[in-house]
Amino acid sequence: MKKSVFLGALTLAGLAAGTAMAQDSSTLAAVKERGVLKCGVNPGTPGFAAPDANGNFVGFDVDVCRAVAAAVLGDSEAVEYTPLTSAVRFTALASGEVDMLARNTTWTFSRDVDLKNTFVGVNYYDGQGFMVPKDLGVSSAKELGGATVCIETGTTTELNLADYFRVNNMDYEPVPVESFTEAQTQFLAGACDVYTTDASALAASRASFENPEGYVVLPEIISKEPLGPLVRHGDDNWGDIVRWSLNAMIAAEEYGVTSANASELANGTENPEINRLLGVEGELGAMLGLDNAWALNILTQVGNYGESFEKNIGENTPVGLARGLNAQWTEGGLIYSPPFR
Amino acid sequence: MSNTNSLSYVRKEMLEQQPAPRSQVGFTRWMRENLFSGWFNSILTIVSIFVIYKILAGTLPWLFGGVWDATSLEQCRTILNERFGNTHYACWAVLTERWNQLLYGFYPETEYWRANLAFFLMLAALAPVLFDKVPRKMLYLTMAFPFLLVWLVWGGAIWGVTSVAVGFVLGGVAFKLVDRFGSMALSAIAAVAVAVVWWLLIGPSVVEGLNSTLPLGHLEEVQSRDLGGFMICVIIGISGIALSLPIGIVLALGRQSDLFIVKTICVGFIEFIRGVPLITLLFTASLLLNYFLPPGTTFDLTLRVIIMVTLFSSAYMAEVIRGGLAALPKGQYEAADALGLDYWKAQRLIIMPQALKISIPGIVNTFIGLFKDTTLVMFIGIYDMLGLSNAIRANAAWNGIYWELFIFIGLVFWICCFAMSQYSQWLERKLRTDHR
Repeated sequence: MKKSVFLGALTLAGLAAGTAMAQDSSTLAAVKERGVLKCGVNPGTPGFAAPDANGNFVGFDVDVCRAVAAAVLGDSEAVEYTPLTSAVRFTALASGEVDMLARNTTWTFSRDVDLKNTFVGVNYYDGQGFMVPKDLGVSSAKELGGATVCIETGTTTELNLADYFRVNNMDYEPVPVESFTEAQTQFLAGACDVYTTDASALAASRASFENPEGYVVLPEIISKEPLGPLVRHGDDNWGDIVRWSLNAMIAAEEYGVTSANASELANGTENPEINRLLGVEGELGAMLGLDNAWALNILTQVGNYGESFEKNIGENTPVGLARGLNAQWTEGGLIYSPPFR
Repeated sequence: MSNTNSLSYVRKEMLEQQPAPRSQVGFTRWMRENLFSGWFNSILTIVSIFVIYKILAGTLPWLFGGVWDATSLEQCRTILNERFGNTHYACWAVLTERWNQLLYGFYPETEYWRANLAFFLMLAALAPVLFDKVPRKMLYLTMAFPFLLVWLVWGGAIWGVTSVAVGFVLGGVAFKLVDRFGSMALSAIAAVAVAVVWWLLIGPSVVEGLNSTLPLGHLEEVQSRDLGGFMICVIIGISGIALSLPIGIVLALGRQSDLFIVKTICVGFIEFIRGVPLITLLFTASLLLNYFLPPGTTFDLTLRVIIMVTLFSSAYMAEVIRGGLAALPKGQYEAADALGLDYWKAQRLIIMPQALKISIPGIVNTFIGLFKDTTLVMFIGIYDMLGLSNAIRANAAWNGIYWELFIFIGLVFWICCFAMSQYSQWLERKLRTDHR
């Protein structure tokens, strides 16, 4: 703190004197110099990102941050998490307050192009659904005309909802809420008839209710919600690092590389793709400006995509999500990594 | 006259004094006069009693039948189902389980003693300021406390904060030295100049040297991100309160000044800050400041928040004190002039003591508002108690808990704010000098 007081004061003095320092725009260099990755995460969504009792962030999105830290700094714990509400996340990324976002953010055209972000991939394919109390006697979203709907502000779900009701020529009354937990409470208290958000969050939410049987998730999925990590425009090398950190986790699952066997496989295997991934052959790490063991670090410290999924949101966790669309492409899902070559 | 004796009975002695009828004394009378003084009021009373009974019957079992010992909401519900057959009771176990987190945020558990020590030192440092019966020597502790707080809470070697303190001392010495020769303004400028030169040019290198050669009193460093809960509210609240009062006084005086530039700056600052919501200032501090800083600089988040909260409340404070200044009769100013006091002496001895006394309710109002506003830091990603309540509910074990956390947080804030309000009333009574 004292050091930063001085730095802050020095900076202000420097600015006042009109001495503009040379802009070093490389995020990679900044992260390496700082020795810690600043990652923007959700302040609290079960399974995806939430602090545990000791204040350590855990979750499926958090694992992406940890993977990038492991790749860049060799230590998956060298992350400073910044909890961001949905309304401020892009501002925080654009201003440089965080180096990357892994905050269940939907990849859309305008967020990619107009807000000048670079989405580096998809770590969870979601879709928006509806949940209603059983007593409401509704079996399809088409019957929801005139309903009051709890909805998180500043999200794509808000816009999808408006689109869906317009297409189907129905009215609704929105009840805006700030966060996931808030929405859940309002819904349980009867402040709204319908709770709409990503289907994964609906499932997680319903599992925590006192009597889950009293509520049904309607069959309609009204939108595509590809959730993924993103960085700001203008630093392609940094974007590549985040993209291939995610891809390394995905490819590792496909090739059967896990946190348990990665070190052993790093001694060399018959499969050249695994060898290239783990840095036994080729110079993939150097091309990114990283150590050649970058992917090995990710896999030993964080694990592959499937492991992270099972640990945080899989069927054996309270969130209890099936792989579904998020299975590997070889098993009928959409999770697919370009080749490591 | 003759028929006087023909009266059959004349009382010869006084009657024993009887107690007043039951209906005219004590509780019965009070009830008759206040609760049942007519058919309409009687109906209102009965309806009110019924409503109060209903509310208490609904909440008291919930409050006092709650579970204090469980590790998750699920377990809470199981226990309640076994005990009562339903779950319409509170689950206070969330408080026992997350008690430390609500108080200290993510502060490292082995270092809690530092936070506790800082808290008790704070109470000791406040005592001589709040109560004039406390020995005056304790004011030295009050002066040292800000530096002790920073050292205890954030850790590191002791030299950094010492250097900042030395800057203040040097500034004070410069002020005294220059004060002999002439004007107040000149000595103030000299003091600031000396302090700034020390802080920016000499201090840092001295600190660096001492840190490497003599790392005295080194405590484990704690990052600002790890502060949270009630602790961060108190740190931000106390810093804001302690800093905004003097800044507010200076701004209020500046606004009344005859000097054009001073007056314009003060009015501009006050009107700008009052015209912007606090949450906007906090967003600027937490998200947009990086646009203005060169890449690679870090500017501690808690410090940014304290600065913004202080600026915000000092603008309000200035207006409250200006109200007190305006309420003083003009005769007081003229009397000070007639005594031959200069501007600063007049302010210190005559104007301010009266103006501040008049403004006490407004000042405390601003303090209470500031303390409650500290919960807004939740929106910029600092886990204060409200932010923690969200984080706790995002954990699978406690997902779905609601009232228990908010009742606790509400109670904590109520205690703090009620204490402030009681103190201000006591102070007002103590300082009342007029005859009533």
